Amino acid sequence: MPDRHPSKIVERLFKLMALGALVIALGTLTALLVDALLDGGGRLNWQFLTSFPSRKPEQAGIASALVGTIYLMILTAACALPIGVGAALYLEEYVGKHWLARVIEVNIANLAGVPSIIYGLLGLELFVRMMGLGRSLLAGALTMALLVLPIVIIATREALRTVPSSIREASYALGASRWQTIWHQVLPLALPGILTGSILALSRAIGEAAPLITMGALTYIAFLPDSLLAPFTALPIQIFNWVSRPQPGFHANAAAGIVVLLAVLLIMNGLAVYVRQRAQKRLYL
Amino acid sequence: MYASVLRNDSISNPPSTAHDSPSVFAIQGLECWYGTHQVIRKVSLIIPERRITAIIGPSGCGKSTLIRCLNRINDLIPGFRMSGHILFKGRELDDPAIDPLTIRLKVGMVFQKPNPFPKSIYENVAYGPRIWELHRDRRLDDHVEKSLRKAALWDEVKDKLGQNALTLSGGQQQRLCIARALAVEPEVLLLDEPCSALDPIATGKIEELLLELKQRYTLVIVTHNMQQAARVSDETGFLLMGELIEFGPTEKLFTTPGDSRTEAYITGRFG
Amino acid sequence: MEIAHQHATKRRIGERVISIGLACCGGLSILTTIGIVAVLIVETVAFFRHVPMWRFLTDTQWTPLFANKHFGIAPLVAGTMLTSTIAIAVAMPLGLLTAIYLSEFAKEGVRQAVKPLLEILAGVPTVVYGYFALLFVTPLLQRLIPQLAGFNALSPGIVMGLMIIPMVASLSEDAMYAVPQGLREAAYALGSSKLQVSLRVVVPAAFSGIAASLLLAISRAIGETMIVAIAAGQQPRFTLNPFVPVETMTAYIVQVSLGDTPTGTLEYNTIFAVGMTLFLSTLLLNLFSLWLRERFREQYA
Repeated sequence: MPDRHPSKIVERLFKLMALGALVIALGTLTALLVDALLDGGGRLNWQFLTSFPSRKPEQAGIASALVGTIYLMILTAACALPIGVGAALYLEEYVGKHWLARVIEVNIANLAGVPSIIYGLLGLELFVRMMGLGRSLLAGALTMALLVLPIVIIATREALRTVPSSIREASYALGASRWQTIWHQVLPLALPGILTGSILALSRAIGEAAPLITMGALTYIAFLPDSLLAPFTALPIQIFNWVSRPQPGFHANAAAGIVVLLAVLLIMNGLAVYVRQRAQKRLYL
Repeated sequence: MYASVLRNDSISNPPSTAHDSPSVFAIQGLECWYGTHQVIRKVSLIIPERRITAIIGPSGCGKSTLIRCLNRINDLIPGFRMSGHILFKGRELDDPAIDPLTIRLKVGMVFQKPNPFPKSIYENVAYGPRIWELHRDRRLDDHVEKSLRKAALWDEVKDKLGQNALTLSGGQQQRLCIARALAVEPEVLLLDEPCSALDPIATGKIEELLLELKQRYTLVIVTHNMQQAARVSDETGFLLMGELIEFGPTEKLFTTPGDSRTEAYITGRFG
Repeated sequence: MEIAHQHATKRRIGERVISIGLACCGGLSILTTIGIVAVLIVETVAFFRHVPMWRFLTDTQWTPLFANKHFGIAPLVAGTMLTSTIAIAVAMPLGLLTAIYLSEFAKEGVRQAVKPLLEILAGVPTVVYGYFALLFVTPLLQRLIPQLAGFNALSPGIVMGLMIIPMVASLSEDAMYAVPQGLREAAYALGSSKLQVSLRVVVPAAFSGIAASLLLAISRAIGETMIVAIAAGQQPRFTLNPFVPVETMTAYIVQVSLGDTPTGTLEYNTIFAVGMTLFLSTLLLNLFSLWLRERFREQYA
């Protein structure tokens, strides 16, 4: 059959453009990583990891930011996980198709789309000022917990939906109560999905600087936080601080900080993949 | 007021059958809805003790809904509503003073598709006794063995109790579900098309088991397989579009049905 | 039976307590929304007690931190719109091309390889993109456009667009994927080429889903903070010139937060007034997007 319209050429052109788009997207990723490694590689050493910020770029380190980020994440997880899983259980296992569930659902979808900086304003007013927690680790963690809560709830609901309803029926038919069914049968099966989703939610929180800066986390901390109410800093804030300075020495520090931040994220994501794969093996033998 | 009448086993209205054993369930004017859709219409029948009662009918006729009323597991379905009376050993089943959970302790259930928990064989059987705190430790071990023996599964699994239940074959999984249901020592066992997902050999084993179990338990089985109903049951009810068309001794229903629709169904003219 | 009954009663009380506890967890998400709205309203009302609303809306200067104070939101809105428009101009074509390619053309193996990579792209912290915009993209662009300032709207806009590509691509692809196979087959049966099917059948059929993803992308760009705070500058300027420093709404909030503005002052109130503007615009976009997605789902469910 003769090629009546030049559709073949147009199609090839389109494919080329689409491939170009992919190359641009993935090229960005590569450029980003290579750029950070080239700029910051020279600063990456033990001294950088164990030193506190300093006026002299070559003496500055990220100890307080790294430790701050770890503390912050542990606290955020401790607040957001139980509440997020509880909310998801309530929506999936208790209210069902009730109008209240619909209201909460739309509300959560909207909360997930609220800019993170708005959570910072909420944290500033609610935790820092009204509850009098100050610009502390605890106030930061609570702010972050509110930020990741919608993501944890959405991920948990998805995990709960993968548990077949026949398992629930089997348990109810033996006279188990709702909670016994959830605790003994549903949660263990959904746990890997919940953990994977929650780790990914937390890894999003790790990279967030805006809400912490807005609620007033400090950018220069030369000590490790020793209590829940101690002031703190975190990796993205420290990086932001260094990027914002004019001296190239600090820019190298920022790049090195970025490498550390990405390494932390890589570890978290690897953990999520590991949990998911282990769980799949167990479920399908 | 129904209670006193029914306990004397001398009801005027419902289609009663001549049998000598006392009734376990007396159902009177039962109607069920999912939302606005009515699935059971004015069903009345009596389920005798230590016998096998079969409910047959084309798919979608409401037979699953009917037996799912008997352990109140339908309560869990949003939008489900029922009216009428179900008496379990003389007591109203939806008496607010009765916890539906305790009903399920007395009335066990086995489902269409084998649904073992994705845990070990032992854990599957031990789950019921554990949540009811019936037995502990050594006594629980003995109890698990006893339940597995009742379900004719012990010899096949005694060396691999720690293995995941999903490694068993379909027929073994269904017998495990029966063992799991028996482990809480119920009086009644409801079986919702227990063989529809099984091959003929596994089906034969389950039917054999049912005949054995009726020595000690009251069994109610829903099936769309008429031969199965004819083979195992003592009483049979024919349900069509939510209505109980006929209920009586199995032999009579299959040989000399009293209703033309029953006859049409058992001779394979529809369904 | 009696022991079982007692046991069940004990359990029923526990059940009640647990279900109330879980309901509280669910209610917390509503409280969060109420909290956000309440905080923004209270502080914004305090702001409007000192600054009339018409001046906030019509003044073209924003200088609350200077001696000669002006409170016109216009420069911040202009900065936000400028960077967001550039971002969408980058993300829309690239994201849609990627989505069409992945949904209609790519082999399964390519899809499996590319999707996680896009996810990684979406998972990179924004502060990293900020660094990239300021110290990699801006110098690169300055070679092409000599008059480009060190801080400008163009570079962060482009980088923000690159960051949003995965979001546009994956949401749009989901929408195209949901288009029934029968529609495609009908078009093929009429002798259409693959590209014609993609552009004339699949894309129009998935239109509301694609539009929903774009609205979400716009909302994301408006709310994005760190990239613009790092690379766009902190000079509120009522301009649409992408080559000069500007300030977005989010960057202004960061700027004030970094300083030591005492709480309760007018400067402190300004970040909530700006936050309210930001919240309302993203909320409208999100709701509209949600509505479109619902409509799309109803169409094909």
